[in-house]
Amino acid sequence: MRRQQPPRPVRDPLTRPVERQVPPAPRSRAMHAMSARAAQGRFVLQRCTECEAVTYPPRDICPVCWGELAWADQPRGATILAATMIRVTTDLYFHAHLPWRIGTVALDAGPVAIVHLHRDLAVGDRATMRLMLDKGGNAALFALPEQEGNPMADPQWREFVVPVQDRAVLVTDGDTALGKAVVRALVAAGAHSVLVGTSTPGVPMPAEGDPEQVRQVPLDLTDSQSVTHCIAQLGGPIDIVVNTARFVRPGGVSAGGRLLHQQRALDVGVLGLLRLAEAVAPVLAGRPAGAFVDLLSIHALVGDARFAGFSAAEAARHSLLQSFRHEMRATGVRVLSVFFGAIDDEDHQSVPFPHIAPDRLAQGVIEALASGREQQAVGDVARDLMARWLADPATTNRENNL
Amino acid sequence: MRARASYEGVVVCAPVTVPYRRFSDRSAHWWAGRAMRGLVDAAGLAPTDFDGFCFASFTSVPDSAVGMIQHLGLTPRWLDHLPTGGASGIMALRRAARAVQCGDAEIVACVAADTNHLDSFRQGLAGFSRFSRDAVYPYGFGGPNATFALITDAYMRRHGVTRADFGRLCVAQRSNAASNPLALQRRPLTLEAYLAARPIADPVHLYDCVMPCAGAEAFLVTTPEVAARRGLPVARLLSTIERHNAFPTDPVQGRGGWAMDVDALWESAGIGPGDVDTVQVYDDYPVIVAMQLADLGFCAPGEIAAFLRSTRFEIDGDLPLNTNGGQLSAGQAGAAGGFQNVTEGLRQVLGCPLGAQVPEARRALLSGFGLVNYDRGVCTGAAVIERLA
Repeated sequence: MRRQQPPRPVRDPLTRPVERQVPPAPRSRAMHAMSARAAQGRFVLQRCTECEAVTYPPRDICPVCWGELAWADQPRGATILAATMIRVTTDLYFHAHLPWRIGTVALDAGPVAIVHLHRDLAVGDRATMRLMLDKGGNAALFALPEQEGNPMADPQWREFVVPVQDRAVLVTDGDTALGKAVVRALVAAGAHSVLVGTSTPGVPMPAEGDPEQVRQVPLDLTDSQSVTHCIAQLGGPIDIVVNTARFVRPGGVSAGGRLLHQQRALDVGVLGLLRLAEAVAPVLAGRPAGAFVDLLSIHALVGDARFAGFSAAEAARHSLLQSFRHEMRATGVRVLSVFFGAIDDEDHQSVPFPHIAPDRLAQGVIEALASGREQQAVGDVARDLMARWLADPATTNRENNL
Repeated sequence: MRARASYEGVVVCAPVTVPYRRFSDRSAHWWAGRAMRGLVDAAGLAPTDFDGFCFASFTSVPDSAVGMIQHLGLTPRWLDHLPTGGASGIMALRRAARAVQCGDAEIVACVAADTNHLDSFRQGLAGFSRFSRDAVYPYGFGGPNATFALITDAYMRRHGVTRADFGRLCVAQRSNAASNPLALQRRPLTLEAYLAARPIADPVHLYDCVMPCAGAEAFLVTTPEVAARRGLPVARLLSTIERHNAFPTDPVQGRGGWAMDVDALWESAGIGPGDVDTVQVYDDYPVIVAMQLADLGFCAPGEIAAFLRSTRFEIDGDLPLNTNGGQLSAGQAGAAGGFQNVTEGLRQVLGCPLGAQVPEARRALLSGFGLVNYDRGVCTGAAVIERLA
């Protein structure tokens, strides 16, 4: 059952915008390494390669035997030892979010840590730890109740994820099977409204939600005017942008490729992202939980000779996304990359199975938002390639292009 | 372990307090200079007489003790810099004492100076330590209030201490501050007002927290002969201890390094806790005061709650504690907050306190606690001093 959505108010352009802050950002190099793993959804701590002592906060050498440390996945359990509700702070971000609850926990992995504490947890309770990214993009330990409830009821938890419920979303290309699946998933996740870009505005969308909730807008990422016009005409704030636009054609480098296809792939995938980012960045920056989700091929990391030109465009996009993420850090807008392999669609007729179903991929987008994860690989092919690439990029590149 | 050598041939004298200000547009260098001036005025020395300099400060950056000696025009043959905050006074005392005893220096100025500009506190917090930056401040940025709230929460649960018990300490210290003209907060504090204060980070409330300010403290460590030539009243050191990063596997700090060395402290001093006339302990938060009293042997382990309830800590009480009002009332001037335990204890035994005198005070216990690097204070120290008749 879908409830009737009340219209979202259009903001008076003369009202003072709410200034968005992010938590304090400076971190040690070791902490950045922890954040890079948190971005992948791992729960890691450093473990000594010699005496196996597990340590936290991040160090540069083992405090027990002065051996070398390596990151290792850890059990997520913890016991709450002490708790406090912070009511005074000198930091602007936390000041805007007071009161703020933290606690001291004994991690099952060994060390004691100061953590963000879910409001339902009390001293003596068992908790499940999550390694999240805070609004500034840095790793943060969050203790959740052991019994899986809905953590979204805790306003503190909502700072670490991207809520979809009651939010307005723009999907850049709804003409493909992928785009349609993403729209369906967003509607199912309770989005207030979904604006769907189309290059053929005359053709109606298949019925997904009531017309008030899902609305087509003309949008062509290869046309700067179309992009700026579309964003200017939204008629209300946008919280989340999901970039589903892509142009996929097979082809090699010295043979089998068509320059025209390559140009189009770059125009949609690379220049299109630039056009889109420029237009939506200020819109997202004003939102309390803004996010930009980009769907890109796992071959952005490791080129695929069968789709050489397309892979190159995706690699360029991957690079742009890292810079875009850097630019948005200070605004608290999350830039999420969702990686995947061949989709089960007409673009990938020649690629051997397994393919990923568009609906499964769309679910991956919802999961990335719900966990605030910067880097998510969806489907077996993408997960396998991501794991191999993280472990050994040089060998993975070679294996994939023998 | 080898027995500790006595502190024969060493005296402590000339306690100096440069009156605190809530905010100051002066630098730590100015405050240090005023403290040096205080020392020469108190001891009848010339600036060139100092051959040792020991310095503690948070706000002298980028200068350390090195920058400070050139800034102040000193040419010492012995130099030390202590980054240990609340433990720096005790540590300065014991380092300077050995330097003088061994002849490496004869007249050592021990100085702590910190300024407090309008935004100093926030800036000081933001860059305090690597662990804080990585693993504490991103968690609500409550500063030391939040860290000590966690320590206090665990301590209260474990020992059955109530807010009212801590309140007795704070009320007594405020009452002691009433006679100290230099204390920043001298208005009487009632237990009702203490309990009704607004929460800062539960269970820490407003009157559990010190007020950051600008100020400087200093004292002189020298030989009995030098002091006698200038007619200075002096105290001698009976015993000292120091310990860092004690009990690292305790999940939450419930005791400090004092507990590791308390037996050695009293054994070397040749007296017990009942033989001191006043106690000057580091009081950033009342939980730390309680911890020091328990760890230093003033009550049996596990009986801190009953001890807090049955003891009067006023100047005319059973155990006169932080007789200048402590940092909770006098103000916390950065690292100087780790020196006022030494200067006030010294004043009491020398008979020249800032405020009221503890009747017939001859011996004092001094204790320091410093540097919350991550989840607990790392540096601890204590000393017992006695007036040299």
